Amino acid sequence: MSVIPKPIATDIFGKPVDELHDDNYLTHGKGILSWLLTLDHKRIGLMYMVTVLGAFFLGGVFALLVRTELINPGPMFFSDNMAESNDFYNQSFTLHGAVMVFMFIIPAIPAILGNFVLPIMLGAKDVAFPRLNLLSFYVYLGGGVFFVWILGKGLLNVMFPQLVEVWGGGGLDTGWTFYTPFSTDSTSAVTAAVAGAFILGFSSILTGVNFIASIHMLRPKGMGWFKMPLFLWALYATAVIQILATPVLAITLLLLIAERTLGVGIFDPALGGDPILFQHFFWFYSHPAVYIMIVPAFGVISEVISVFSRKHIFGYAFIACSSLAIAILGFLVWGHHMFTSGQSAMLSAIFSFITMSIAIPSAIKVFNWLATMYKGNIILSTPMIYAIGFIWLFTIGGLTGIFCATLSVDLHIHDTYFIVAHFHYVMVGSTLFAFLAGMHYWWPKMFGKMYSEKWGIIGAVLIFIGFNVTFFIQFIAGTQGMPRRYATYPEQFEIYHQISTLGSYILAIGLFVALGVWVHSLFAGRRAPANPWGANALEWHTTSPPPHANFDTAPPATDPYDFEDWQWNDEVQGYVLDEATHPGEARAQATKHS
Amino acid sequence: MTRFLAQSEPTLWMPEQASTFARDVDWLFNFIGIVSIIFFVGIGFCLFFFAWKYRRGDKKTPGHTHNHNTTLEITWSVIPLIIVLLIFVWGFRGLLDMTTPPANNYEILVTSYKWGWEFTYPNGVKDANLHVPADKPIYLVLESRDVIHSFFVPAFRVKKDLVPGRYNKTWFQAESDAIGLSVDNPYEAFTLYCAEYCGTNHSQMLADVVVHTPESFEKWMEVAMNWQEGLSPLEIGTELYTRKACNTCHSLDGSSGNGPTFQDQYGYPIALKDGSSPIVDDEFLRQGIVEPNSHGIAGYNPVMPKIALTDSEVTALVTFIKAQSDKWNPADADPDSVATEVPEQTEEVAESEPQE
Repeated sequence: MSVIPKPIATDIFGKPVDELHDDNYLTHGKGILSWLLTLDHKRIGLMYMVTVLGAFFLGGVFALLVRTELINPGPMFFSDNMAESNDFYNQSFTLHGAVMVFMFIIPAIPAILGNFVLPIMLGAKDVAFPRLNLLSFYVYLGGGVFFVWILGKGLLNVMFPQLVEVWGGGGLDTGWTFYTPFSTDSTSAVTAAVAGAFILGFSSILTGVNFIASIHMLRPKGMGWFKMPLFLWALYATAVIQILATPVLAITLLLLIAERTLGVGIFDPALGGDPILFQHFFWFYSHPAVYIMIVPAFGVISEVISVFSRKHIFGYAFIACSSLAIAILGFLVWGHHMFTSGQSAMLSAIFSFITMSIAIPSAIKVFNWLATMYKGNIILSTPMIYAIGFIWLFTIGGLTGIFCATLSVDLHIHDTYFIVAHFHYVMVGSTLFAFLAGMHYWWPKMFGKMYSEKWGIIGAVLIFIGFNVTFFIQFIAGTQGMPRRYATYPEQFEIYHQISTLGSYILAIGLFVALGVWVHSLFAGRRAPANPWGANALEWHTTSPPPHANFDTAPPATDPYDFEDWQWNDEVQGYVLDEATHPGEARAQATKHS
Repeated sequence: MTRFLAQSEPTLWMPEQASTFARDVDWLFNFIGIVSIIFFVGIGFCLFFFAWKYRRGDKKTPGHTHNHNTTLEITWSVIPLIIVLLIFVWGFRGLLDMTTPPANNYEILVTSYKWGWEFTYPNGVKDANLHVPADKPIYLVLESRDVIHSFFVPAFRVKKDLVPGRYNKTWFQAESDAIGLSVDNPYEAFTLYCAEYCGTNHSQMLADVVVHTPESFEKWMEVAMNWQEGLSPLEIGTELYTRKACNTCHSLDGSSGNGPTFQDQYGYPIALKDGSSPIVDDEFLRQGIVEPNSHGIAGYNPVMPKIALTDSEVTALVTFIKAQSDKWNPADADPDSVATEVPEQTEEVAESEPQE
């Protein structure tokens, strides 16, 4: 295409925006304090982005350490002492799991993308409680820094024992699950680490409260519940789980602290407690937490699939209700983590049955996405490549979930690498791919810059290949009997681990390519048009990046999946509306730039 | 017979089948596998076929089809529902089989601790590995001395947690046909794993499950009942060192594990957490075994479990530990049982104190 796109910002009609009035949220207010004390949901979203990606980097480094250690059954590279190497491994996988779960996957989509997009999708200026939103960020930041400090300290102590005298003990060797009585007896810094997780949980609750209030109170005229973009449905379902389940985690963690510091017997049989009670409490939060991770991903994918198929989403009501169904059923399946714990067969049967039933809303979503693509006009841009990757990975993750939910089969694969592979396919494969799809989809809106499609797709393909190489082989290792959380293993499993480790390096390279695409875009990307994809949710009815207040007058809410009115315009390299046929929009824009 | 033998070979997905459960579990696993492959191929085909067939013609035209189709929605909800219900019922029946031991079973008490196993037979014999007769239901009562462990034998498709403060139960029946036991091949060993994370040596908490023909099992039991007979304390101690899994934490070559090495421990001073450095003598060793963690040795966590030992076994272990030191005077012990029975030691006399 020989048309040279305009290097200046354009509005939704393709008209240039007067630079003097180009008041976007990035330029509105200067200096570090204008960021640190901002109440703007968009800036808070970006601050979350920086910290959550930092946590992802840290968790990723430890994922690579874990995979590297497992390349052969011998001890870790820095030590030839098996016990020391085991301790290092145990703390590494704990740090990897805990940081990824509490600091990356749970906040990734809601806190970054949700914060940025939710109010704009509602045509609102901000979330319902902007100050609470900022508080939520600082609670996350404070809890996160503390948590990482405690966990990281322990690892350094293993490598350099002389440091213990400098800053004292630390570390966590319980796994992210804190199972009692191991965590009651552990000499690592369980109490401090649990306090960190407790604080992080509050950030999650505050975000949930904010989103629920926003969706209830701030919907514009004409946007009924069943006219909301599906991403909002997903965030709403997620927020419901966050505020109902997270307090249970907080209570459980407090009880654990009470047991460790005060010696109150709750979970430890030596003190008269019951260790299985802890598992019930813990999974009552942590299984719904899996849906805190995956449900927002469904929302992102619903947006992306529809927009890039240039076609109305298929089965809107079914997708929306299936998110809610998963959120509700998700509270009733925690016992499937405990099939081998000795709970009664009847209890196991009930949990198995309800778990099976979750397959249905999940299948409904996949079928509806495929039906949306059917006879569409599919544009294979980077977000769509990630979305297709998501469907692939989520299908594998979902189908292998049936194996795990089947009682007799689970007794064999429970706590093996089969489970490791299964939950990585669901939580990492699916959620990470949806997160990356969302990041690439909303990137032009967030920063007003386009990125290299070619390198975006290369990154997506590398991540896809790397992920499958890393984790598919683990299904086989697991059914062959390789237990999880093993620092060393019998030789027969070596080949599986080596393939898996190779894959993890490809995955890491792919992720760095994706990061490079973003950094390059920030510095050298061309100006993004208001609507590069032809989407119709309200965030595409404002300039890229949006002004500080998002809109001066909210545009009229229409069907978010009706793309008919958006026409491709070569000159702006994006989709534009016809000013004449959209008087409501024209009025909204006019007040802004007058 | 040959059919069973052929089936018991490991496949790409599953290890060898050595118990009666294995066939049922694998059958259901394969059934779910086939259903999954059908769905996956269907979904994957649609995914890539649509992405290719309907890829961008031009940027202008939106696609046109229906936004919903209730019949279709209900169809693709109900069909998976029926399939998963079927799978659920089979899985539940399998579980009931696996939780209901037959009446004529042979009961063994399984005790787990950080990081080892102890199997107690009805006649009081204890062993660190599980020996069972084939073709007989083995009923396991599971208990733990410290944290949660999990009894996992992949070849049997059996897993159950050992939870402190309660007895869990499970059972299995090893099949001599599937394993291929015969007069010439009277026993076969399988690996038992701990499948619930339990700390430092979780990944080394393995044991053998040895399946015997009835004759071979009787022979083993005979030896197991009387194994201490005619042995010197040092020989008994040497045997107990591995049987009681002391070796998972205490090395003999000077390397440091979860516990201090036994090499040159006896007769040398040892640094304690209270700052003192007493010389390790017989009583020190005895107290360390009988009351684990009571000394508070500097540089180690108090993770030693309490091991069930008779008085003479404690004496045997103390003798064994003493024998690992160059300060040990063999003349103190029975002169008949010196040297040859002592596990190999490095030649050099280590000058250093026991490692911290």
